Amino acid sequence: MNNNRLWAWLIFALGAAYFIVPLLATFEFSLRMRRGEYSFDAYASVFADPRFAASFGYSVLIGLCTIVVGVLVVVPAVYFVRLRMPWLKPFMEFITLLPLVIPALVLVYGYIRLYNSSSLIPLTGSALGTDILLTGAYVTLALPYMYRAVDNGMRTIDIGTLTEAAQIMGASQWQIIVQIILPNILVAILSGAFLTFAIVIGEFTIASLLNRPAFGPYLVGIGTNRAYEPAALAIISFIITWGAMGMINLLGRFAPRTSPRTD
Amino acid sequence: MASEFLRVQNLTKTFGTTTVVKGVSFAFGKGEFISLLGPSGCGKTTILRMIAGFENPSAGSIVVDGQDITSLKPNQRQLGMVFQAYALFPNLTVGDNIGFGLKIAGLPAEQRRVRIADMLKLIGLSGYEKRYPYELSGGQQQRVALARAIAPSPRMLLLDEPLSALDAKIRVSLREEIRAIQLDLGITTVFVTHDQEEALSISDRIVVMNAGSIEQLGAPHEIYNKPASRFVASFVGQLNNIDAIVTDAAAKTVTIDGQAARVPALPADAKGPVTLTLRPEVLAVGARDGNDITLAGTIADVTFLGSVIRLRVSLGRNMVSLDTFNDQRTVPPARGEPITISLAGKDLLVLQG
Amino acid sequence: MDDIEAWPGTMTDTNTAPHSRRIPWDALAVAPFIVFAVMFLFLPTLSLIGAAFTDRQGHFTFDNIVGLGAGQIVSAYWISIRISGASALLGALIGLAITLAIIRGRLPAPLRSAVMTFSGVASNFAGVPLAFAFIATLGRLGLVTIILRTVFGFDLYRSGFNLLSFWGLTLTYLYFQIPLMILIIAPAVDGLKKEWSEAAQMLGASPWQFWRYIGLPILWPSFLGTLSLLFANAFGAIATAWALTGSNLNIVTVLLYNQIRGDALQNPGLGAALALGMILITSLANIIYLVVANRAERWMK
Ligand SMILES: Nc1ncnc2c1ncn2[C@@H]1O[C@H](COP(=O)(O)OP(=O)(O)OP(=O)(O)O)[C@@H](O)[C@H]1O
Ligand SMILES: [Mg+2]
Repeated sequence: MNNNRLWAWLIFALGAAYFIVPLLATFEFSLRMRRGEYSFDAYASVFADPRFAASFGYSVLIGLCTIVVGVLVVVPAVYFVRLRMPWLKPFMEFITLLPLVIPALVLVYGYIRLYNSSSLIPLTGSALGTDILLTGAYVTLALPYMYRAVDNGMRTIDIGTLTEAAQIMGASQWQIIVQIILPNILVAILSGAFLTFAIVIGEFTIASLLNRPAFGPYLVGIGTNRAYEPAALAIISFIITWGAMGMINLLGRFAPRTSPRTD
Repeated sequence: MASEFLRVQNLTKTFGTTTVVKGVSFAFGKGEFISLLGPSGCGKTTILRMIAGFENPSAGSIVVDGQDITSLKPNQRQLGMVFQAYALFPNLTVGDNIGFGLKIAGLPAEQRRVRIADMLKLIGLSGYEKRYPYELSGGQQQRVALARAIAPSPRMLLLDEPLSALDAKIRVSLREEIRAIQLDLGITTVFVTHDQEEALSISDRIVVMNAGSIEQLGAPHEIYNKPASRFVASFVGQLNNIDAIVTDAAAKTVTIDGQAARVPALPADAKGPVTLTLRPEVLAVGARDGNDITLAGTIADVTFLGSVIRLRVSLGRNMVSLDTFNDQRTVPPARGEPITISLAGKDLLVLQG
Repeated sequence: MDDIEAWPGTMTDTNTAPHSRRIPWDALAVAPFIVFAVMFLFLPTLSLIGAAFTDRQGHFTFDNIVGLGAGQIVSAYWISIRISGASALLGALIGLAITLAIIRGRLPAPLRSAVMTFSGVASNFAGVPLAFAFIATLGRLGLVTIILRTVFGFDLYRSGFNLLSFWGLTLTYLYFQIPLMILIIAPAVDGLKKEWSEAAQMLGASPWQFWRYIGLPILWPSFLGTLSLLFANAFGAIATAWALTGSNLNIVTVLLYNQIRGDALQNPGLGAALALGMILITSLANIIYLVVANRAERWMK
């Protein structure tokens, strides 16, 4: 039995080393900017760069738009499919798996061909159009995660029973959604939102191909021109990702459950 | 006891700071069917798992067939076990599940097939060999689990509440089937249950446990008729408690809600209030030969149970239950009706304290 | 309303309430999702497939597909497949080992939740910052490289290692592949009932025999499913590789990226064919999984 635990600890220790060493090394590297001593100069340099604030702000904005659009697209669809059209569910599952199978690079190639300035829907013709396209692309990218988060949320609160109960009490369809369903799946939606945020914030491929001044392309630019700032930016990115995931964890503790199922 | 086959000596298990099994000892002969009976959390499963080898005893020893197995690994003990939740391997067919132990033991495929067929016949599931566990009902799965456990001819069979996940009807038929197979194979069996009826109906002997200790060990009729403690009396079977006032200890008379009764079992030094107990089945409606105590009361509740009707009779402050057979030609008694019941004073037990 | 009626989503409405005048909520609610899927998934993919079979004059042709046989393209595919395969397989095996250690090895519960949280973070810590982190770790001036040289006297780069190589990239990809595996396989490992291993032990099986006949076969479909997901995940990745190596590494995503930016292949049809090939390869990984899962379906509920 002790043998058993020993191998477990050994594997855990090796894994932990692989994951922690790069973080430590990056942190150490980010402090090396000033010759001969450790300093936070690299961080100061990053924060002093106006392009950092601009590109980060832009990505946050696009991230928020992505979340709003994603929620509007996913939540009603999942709700009505669960409630009224369960036969559509396999189809939805299939669609939401596609972004995991078709590489983002391929999709963006399709967008550029389809929505170029000489096409029927010339989204890439203007900055605003391109922002819309970028948002759409990010919603697609986040679709599998958003869908799963919302779907899980609706499963644990058993929306069917909730809806019926509300109908018996005479609530309208609209009241049901706004007053009963949304508050109950808020935690699930927020989890999906934070995950979306984590995926979108440093995304490089799509933003760079659509020529948008996002955080991802900015990072690559810094990477080719600077030595220590990239390490500082990696640490900052890691902290942002950690923050988003930490929020999801925290939210999970407040998730409502109406039907404590033991199966 | 013909020859001692299983001996558990001073078995103790401590989790952290709580001792859940407190120095339990018992011994059984070959081929006996033993039930460990007790309320939830009393340590039955823990004892069984120590016998199986999944928990290390904090103290004590376990001897099977003359071999001390206390420190053997589970896979070296040659015991068979049936779990509460079937625990069939989902990725193997019924046949492969039953044959798993034989395969591990290195039995050639041909002999394995024969043994599997025998086992399927024994549990009445011939022809189910190629099915997967999820294609079977709960009762069928549990029978396959039983066949899997006995296929390698283990020295002893351990069952941990194997019937509690099944519905009432199947529970009864399957327990009879288990007993029949056990008698047929003559395999020593330890059966854990918290259902007293189950234990009473199929065991050779019962170990009644409470809070980690043995309360009583004996054959079903001994446990039921001569409970060794108040706990056993109330845990095994239905029991009526009657509060009475001693009127004359020497003459062994008491009053029950104002009605006089003579209790032969009354100790000479009894005085004031005492608690009398009796089984529902010793009470009769109306008079009966040999019943020397009659009590008048009103019917407080009637529960129709099919062949039996259970009455709750209020004698004033006391309430007793009794069962009468359902007679199709008469209307069952109704709530609120007056009723006379009788019993034999010698059936009354006196609980001290 | 008429064109909305044409969506498949309205069909239940006609089932439940034929000719009713009330607003078809069901259809309206599902419509955005379907419009979205068509605009951002189906049409782009179809347009690429079409383009892959079209020449510059707009005629049907197989030339683009044949063009994929060019040496540089084949080798780009091959390197991509090898890196994705290696990082997926290693990621899956190591991830499974770590999951088993945490769950079956009964490591303390707080450790387990810490690992799960960290996996959530690390699986999303991909792309450019990951490349920066590995440059700071295993690059020529990275901490580990320096420590190996100054403390252990071992020159990593002189021994043939290069972060910008097959193994360097695989090692980097593992940083998000392993956590992804842990996240996806943990519920499956949790689903392995304690009683199964106990039942096997009672029947005389050693721990190894339990895993050989019961544990691993039960995990196999989930394992394979995750493996194909990890493969697709690495196969489509470009940001990490790009930030590590710029346009130097000849993997298929970099090739396609360059094609999109500036028509590197001098033929848009060939670019589309390249994309089609990528879809086919990731689909194939999924189809293999589906076939295996389907065979296992016989015993899975
Ligand atoms: N691994 C463990 N760690 C700590 N306490 C335990 C452990 N296993 C059992 N216990 C405790 O030991 C006591 C006896 O448990 P056991 O499972 O033997 O009861 P039982 O008689 O089988 O009850 P039931 O009828 O509910 O199955 C319980 O209070 C239980 O909480
Ligand atoms: Mg138990």
